[in-house]
Amino acid sequence: MALLEVNDLKTYFQTDDGIVKAVDGVSFSVEKGKTLGIVGESGSGKSVTCLTIMGLNSKKNTITSGEALFNGENLLTAGSRRLREIRGNDIAMIFQDPMTSLNPVHSIGAQLVEAVQLHRDVSKKVARARAVELLKAVGIPRAERRVDDYPHQFSGGMRQRVMIAMALVNDPDLLIADEPTTALDVTTQAQIMNLIKRLQDDFGSAIIVITHDLGVVAEAADDVLVMYAAEVAEQAPVEKLFNRPFHPYTWGLLGSLPRLDIEVERLVQIPGQPPSLLRPPSGCRFHPRCPYVMDKCKQVDPPLVAISDDSDHLQACHLDEETKDREAKKLLESTMAQAS
Amino acid sequence: MALYKLFVHGGGAMLRYLIRRVLWAIVLFVVVTLVTYVIFFLVPNDLAAKVAGQGSSQQQRARAIHRLGLDRPVYVQYAKFMWLLIKPVPVHIGSVPVFIRPNGNLGYSFVRASSVNSLVKSAAPVTASLVFGGVIVWLLMALPIGILSALRPRSLLDRTSMTFVLIGISAHPIWIGLIFAYIFGFKLGWFPISNYCDFFNSAGGCGGPAQWAYHMVLPWLTYAILFAALYARMVRANVMEAMTEDYVRTARAKGAPESRVLRSHVLRNALLPVVTMLGMDIGIGLGGAIFTETIYNLPGLGKLLLRAIGETDLPIVMGVVVFATFAIIVFNLLIDLLYAWIDPRIRLS
Repeated sequence: MALLEVNDLKTYFQTDDGIVKAVDGVSFSVEKGKTLGIVGESGSGKSVTCLTIMGLNSKKNTITSGEALFNGENLLTAGSRRLREIRGNDIAMIFQDPMTSLNPVHSIGAQLVEAVQLHRDVSKKVARARAVELLKAVGIPRAERRVDDYPHQFSGGMRQRVMIAMALVNDPDLLIADEPTTALDVTTQAQIMNLIKRLQDDFGSAIIVITHDLGVVAEAADDVLVMYAAEVAEQAPVEKLFNRPFHPYTWGLLGSLPRLDIEVERLVQIPGQPPSLLRPPSGCRFHPRCPYVMDKCKQVDPPLVAISDDSDHLQACHLDEETKDREAKKLLESTMAQAS
Repeated sequence: MALYKLFVHGGGAMLRYLIRRVLWAIVLFVVVTLVTYVIFFLVPNDLAAKVAGQGSSQQQRARAIHRLGLDRPVYVQYAKFMWLLIKPVPVHIGSVPVFIRPNGNLGYSFVRASSVNSLVKSAAPVTASLVFGGVIVWLLMALPIGILSALRPRSLLDRTSMTFVLIGISAHPIWIGLIFAYIFGFKLGWFPISNYCDFFNSAGGCGGPAQWAYHMVLPWLTYAILFAALYARMVRANVMEAMTEDYVRTARAKGAPESRVLRSHVLRNALLPVVTMLGMDIGIGLGGAIFTETIYNLPGLGKLLLRAIGETDLPIVMGVVVFATFAIIVFNLLIDLLYAWIDPRIRLS
């Protein structure tokens, strides 16, 4: 049994302008100790998917359906008390912006102690010792002294380490990292990803890492979910996705990746804007931006299906596999050719 | 203890800050008193007739003016006033002078036969009762209203509260005071509508904490309504903003129950600006006390000041201005220290 199994998850927000379908029928699963990368542009529904699983969307004006089975228990129907037990204990979360995700008026020690004491019936002293232990584990120098410092006394990278320590303090089975490196500078990004990977080995947690950085996915993930406009466009183990990408949107993402070893005049960009989720395009939601668009794409929404010779590799596109193989090869060859 | 830590951790920065504040306070003090002095002499008045009596001769009037020093240039008068106020006086313990303090003499009333110090001293507790009691009442109204409205935006409660806020902001305290006095004092007879009872001294048939509070109920309410409305709106906005902060989401993601999220994460941050505002509004609040004291006939500083202005009694006007300025400066300093204590970002930077 998978640690987390999400089936046909839908999250709709009621707004004054109408219903925004922020997540529209997303399914995936995460195995124990594995890492799932969720990739997509801003507004593609990556974060909302995870907030829904955590029960952190505001209840008002939100309609949720489908199921999210965590160890067999459906989180979407769980009571708020049960959800609170799970949050921070079995499933923990790291957020995008470490500058604003820590409370400025409490010392980081107090915030870690709070995380421990919400789930463990231990004394403050024990909780504090645990906090220091975790701060050491995430590489905060002089953790015994810095535990009493306040968030504003730490740099961005250090704060994200504190966030990670806080997330791992109760040894969760699943860690959801929502763009953990987006707000950090490049050198720190690598450190934080390495830290998360190392801690995954130590703690054995499964990880969902939400990102728009394919580099992060290539480095850290076992499986990849490419999301576009609230739906899954392509889903595959990481090597397969990078070696044989099958969706025009994935090609666009790969083509727009800047690389040092290749000299190109301009980065390839996907034309147009992500569609409005209030009134998504008919048929395939990517069709207005897709260079391979056919008449069928405008009418029929392609289902997410396995490609014919690989049941692990799912994609949602009408284009025939022969063309796709050819185009994928062309894309990879062109980058290879430029590399050599 | 906390204050001690503040100074130790803040080190020189805190001390420098304090020195800067005190220097500013002195500048402010001089400017305020000087301006008051100058304005007084710009306004035409018939002081001589008042001091010497209506039927007095030209000679008697000139003598009276001379006795009060009003025939000297303005800067001389101002200098004499300041010297009387800040002249260093040694303080003896036993017969040994231990330290010096400013003289603190505010002079004598032109019109009444008493020292300004004694007038201010008897009026200040009344105003203090009104202002500090009023602050407590307005916070007791503003905090629950603001917080509950923020938790249920657009609900019936929120809309009702915001209507109250609009009325509170729009209606003048004098009008509110008269309406309150009419309804709760005159018609219903629940509360007295005038006079003041001393908190400690029950001489004269009226006194003690119970009578004191009983007489202050209507003044407190009248005084508090405007600020309660302003603060309710501010608290509502702050709490609503704090609810959307990332660290609040973090607290929820940790599994904290909603009550704890609200108490420890939302309110702690949302109420920081309220403290700042309190410090800034205490000056405006003292001004507002004049209205309330007038309506309810409270013998406070506002009433004293108003009458002194009518009588062109400069020493009393100066006395009240000096005392009020001093009180505001001290209160602001206390608020600053309090703020540094509750907000770690200020404490250590």
